[in-house]
Amino acid sequence: MAERRSPAAAFAGRFAAASEGGALRLAELPFRTQLNLRVDPASPAARDLGDALGAPLPVEPCTAVTAGDVTVAWLGPDEWLVIAPPGHRPELLSKALGDRHGSVVDVSAQRTTLLVGGPRARDLLAHGCALDLHPSVFGPGRCAQTTLARAQVVLLPQADGVHVLVRSSFAAYLAEWLLDAATEYLR
Amino acid sequence: MRRASGGRIDRSRTLRFTFDGHEYTGHPGDTLASALLAAGVRRVATSVKLGRPRGVFSAGSEEPSAVVQIEAPFPEPMLPATTVELYDGLAASSLPGRGRLAAEPDPARYDAVHAHCDVLVVGAGPAGLAAARAAAAGGARVILADERPEPGGSLLGTGESVDGLPGAAWAAATVAELAELPDVTVLPRTTVFGYYDDNYLIAVERRTNHLGAAAPAHVSRERVWRIRARRVVLATGAHERPIAFAGNDLPGVMLAGAARAYAHRYGVLPGRRAVVFTAHDSAYAAALDLAEAGVEVAAVVDVRGGTRDAGGARPAPGAEWAARARARGIELLAGHVVTGAHGDGEVSSVTVAARDDVPGERPAGAGGRSFEADLLLVSGGWNPVVHLFSQSGGTLRHDDALGTLVPDASRQAVEVAGAARGVLTLAGCLADGTGAGARATSGAAARVPEAAAEPEPAGEPYWVVPAADHSAHFVDLQRDVTVADLRRAVGAGLRSVEHVKRYTTAGTAHDQGKTSGLLASAVVAEALGVPVAELGVTTFRAPYLPVAFATLAGRDRGALHDPVRVTALHEWHVAAGALFENVGQWKRPWYYPRPGEDMEAAVLRECRAAREGVAAMDASTLGKIDVVGADAGEFLDRLYTNLMSTLKVGAVRYGVMCRPDGMVFDDGTVVRLADDHFLVTTTTGNAAAVLDWMEEWLQTEWPSLRVHCTSVTEQWATVALVGPRSREVLAGLAPGLAVGADDFPFMTWREAEVAGIPARVCRISFSGELAYEINVTSWDGLRLWTSIMDLGVVTPYGTETMHVLRAEKGYPIVGQDIDGTVTPQDLGMAWVVSKKKPDFVGKRSHARADTARPDRKQLVGLLPEDPGLLLPEGAHLVAADVLPEPPVPMLGHVTSSYRSAALGRTFALALVKGGHGRIGERLYAPVGGTLAPVTVTSHVLYDPEGARRDG
Repeated sequence: MAERRSPAAAFAGRFAAASEGGALRLAELPFRTQLNLRVDPASPAARDLGDALGAPLPVEPCTAVTAGDVTVAWLGPDEWLVIAPPGHRPELLSKALGDRHGSVVDVSAQRTTLLVGGPRARDLLAHGCALDLHPSVFGPGRCAQTTLARAQVVLLPQADGVHVLVRSSFAAYLAEWLLDAATEYLR
Repeated sequence: MRRASGGRIDRSRTLRFTFDGHEYTGHPGDTLASALLAAGVRRVATSVKLGRPRGVFSAGSEEPSAVVQIEAPFPEPMLPATTVELYDGLAASSLPGRGRLAAEPDPARYDAVHAHCDVLVVGAGPAGLAAARAAAAGGARVILADERPEPGGSLLGTGESVDGLPGAAWAAATVAELAELPDVTVLPRTTVFGYYDDNYLIAVERRTNHLGAAAPAHVSRERVWRIRARRVVLATGAHERPIAFAGNDLPGVMLAGAARAYAHRYGVLPGRRAVVFTAHDSAYAAALDLAEAGVEVAAVVDVRGGTRDAGGARPAPGAEWAARARARGIELLAGHVVTGAHGDGEVSSVTVAARDDVPGERPAGAGGRSFEADLLLVSGGWNPVVHLFSQSGGTLRHDDALGTLVPDASRQAVEVAGAARGVLTLAGCLADGTGAGARATSGAAARVPEAAAEPEPAGEPYWVVPAADHSAHFVDLQRDVTVADLRRAVGAGLRSVEHVKRYTTAGTAHDQGKTSGLLASAVVAEALGVPVAELGVTTFRAPYLPVAFATLAGRDRGALHDPVRVTALHEWHVAAGALFENVGQWKRPWYYPRPGEDMEAAVLRECRAAREGVAAMDASTLGKIDVVGADAGEFLDRLYTNLMSTLKVGAVRYGVMCRPDGMVFDDGTVVRLADDHFLVTTTTGNAAAVLDWMEEWLQTEWPSLRVHCTSVTEQWATVALVGPRSREVLAGLAPGLAVGADDFPFMTWREAEVAGIPARVCRISFSGELAYEINVTSWDGLRLWTSIMDLGVVTPYGTETMHVLRAEKGYPIVGQDIDGTVTPQDLGMAWVVSKKKPDFVGKRSHARADTARPDRKQLVGLLPEDPGLLLPEGAHLVAADVLPEPPVPMLGHVTSSYRSAALGRTFALALVKGGHGRIGERLYAPVGGTLAPVTVTSHVLYDPEGARRDG
């Protein structure tokens, strides 16, 4: 039987070719676990969820915390995106929440992650993102919900580059856009 | 004529170009204008209205006259020759005013970039360079943008020195130093053309235009910079202004500073024998430099001084400048004016008269002198380039001494430095810029670059040389507007410069009156008898200079113009040869034609498969929202017209949402996954709107409800498996699932492994057939679909077949049969509106008299008398087979119309006044000039008992 397929799988070859020059590293990081978490940040449930994740839920807007291989990104006053390597299951969080008010929804396949790394990564993103991506402003521990070109994205600066989380249906559009915008950095 | 040496050009290389078909040469560093002047070409354009010859008037982007058409390598209309950098192979032609757009698509790339900085400095002249230097020294993130290829601004055209270096060398060294800093961006060939709120500015960078055919294809030709700056320093310099006199548009009449720039920057002498006509000291420097360069300066004609009445108020030429001119042997005619420039196609002589002799009553030139000259340099003084400052919301103030408008105050964090605020000496500009740059950052004092002290140039505001006839006194050279035209406008009763502009077109050309705007105001003010300070100028608006649409479009062209959303199954649809329909941003398979099939044949085949065998559709685009919380049932009860809280876990219910006005907003199914967990589906187009709607009610009206909503539209891929044989196909794919009618009844759902993939299977139907919707994660969507298709018995179908199938059943589509004026009752769906619930959104409106009107438009079916006639969607319906005199009473319109394989004929859905009471009536639809008879029927035309669906 055929394998499961990630939204930008068709771009693997072109991403690899675009990464050859060294100026950019483009890749899809497929199948990562993503959980949408809604809970009152002042509630005991939020504290227990933080304990289960290994770090308190960030309450400062546009920040993210990382504990081990799990990153928790602030999406709103009572909303977070929990990001983990492929295969993490939501049960741990659901258990921590229990039957208290809140929600843990598996959205792993809702968005895919595009890695935009390399020395020109932020220059590339600046072609389509109105936010200030200077490392002094948008460094580790930050996150942003914004638009890149004409697609909604979540941006997370990470050690290997900026992780661009994009809705699956927009992934092909955004991949084409990134490759087009990358043209002049490839020679 | 080219000087033997000097200029910022590379004489070691020769560039070939053509102008009006003639071949010429120039050098790197030339503009088209400087190369043409070097070649002795004086007539560069023809005026648009009067057909008069026109030449090069300036040396920059303010050029009002020398507008040319670029022919090769790619056609571009209406570019000032003064800003076109010369390249090998350039082909240009003179223009009679209007340009010609290319007929073929532009092959170049264009793009945009967002940038952020602490300080944006606009202009890399002495003030701008000093400001950038001071700001960067404070550690700020700095962007320095300048419209020319080379930094230095006025330094390139005056030959002055800074810090002991020639001006151009100092500018280059300063920029090189700045470019070394990691947080400084230097943008040459970049014009900031718009200044908006919150210090948001837009610039255009011309990146490869100057390379001609050698431009690399992978680099964008032009780039739009969208800059957000904490502070802005505008060092945009000043434009020299002209004086209006007879024949002031002839080739050979040129701004004095421009001639000086051609000599210094390009090593070009724009003439051999010159007369200088000025009201300002700065023209003396031009006269002296040109004399030094080899131009014979016949006379400096200065409007100032020379009055018969020694006690008169008329100011005198600057004593130091006058002395220098005399020392150089140049005749100075103080208190004189140029009464006319004369010549056949270009200047060959200039007439001059004492100012006191030309009050208008004597014939022009009476008692005056005539000079042979091929060059007439003009300076009426300087206008600060206040365009961006004014766009920022800044107010302008009239400076009586300068006779011009200068920046006053702005609500934004912006400062103006140098000539842009009326500082006219080099040393003054350097000090001014340094201060502005330092204030924009740390505030720490920075060293001011040194320049020789020069006497402060001064002038007298002087606009028009009086004459009996002002019909050759040109104000706007590009629009052929004269002093006489402006006075005629005032005579016609116009009192506002904005009205005069629109009436005469003065200031409406590509240059937007950069050199002529204030002159036009002065002429109008004088005619009205009011001070120009009171009258003001026309509004400064973006763009500062013309920007091509292709540049503004950037990357948003073709396939990237708007995002295309695709489902997880898209690659399969493409490979299967599907044609696609745009549904919002989604591409949905429309139908899958087999070889030789047209749309009608393909859709009839797909419909037949769904009604008689088994077929499948990609339904992944439906919106999906997870609704979780103890009050989720109550929440949905309030939003849907029917009860949702009574739904059992494991069951599914169709629901309709209304707006507060009682009109249908959206519809879909509600799946109860657990006591506190529902999955709501929405129409494809309303997925985001329904989520917003839910959040709005939760956050603003019902914050006490314990509910959270999360979009999962793209978490799931959905395959609709449809048809009498769908049960056996599902049974084969999901051996662990009990698919019997009793085990898995209509409007329930089950968890199961389908084709080995964990799935949620809902037994729901949008076709009226036995049908299932199989949901798997979107990662698994393609392999689920492939597994189904690989069986070889399932026909894929697209949205067109879906529409036919649902219409046969009378299922309305939001946005097609439902347009925001339709209640559930109008749709014949009173059953979906709960009578028991105390309230829901829209309930009160259903009790309004208007929603109970018997003549409301209601959804019905239509059967054309001719079973082959396909009614056009949107066709109107009338009562009689002969149209009465207008106004013809309209009874309604066709909302959906199809050929039905199951009915063996065409049919339609329509919204008809009082339609539910008209079943069986005959109406008429005007189609192609005739009135086609149709019979009103129930909107449910196929299997009204629902036996097939429930089976």
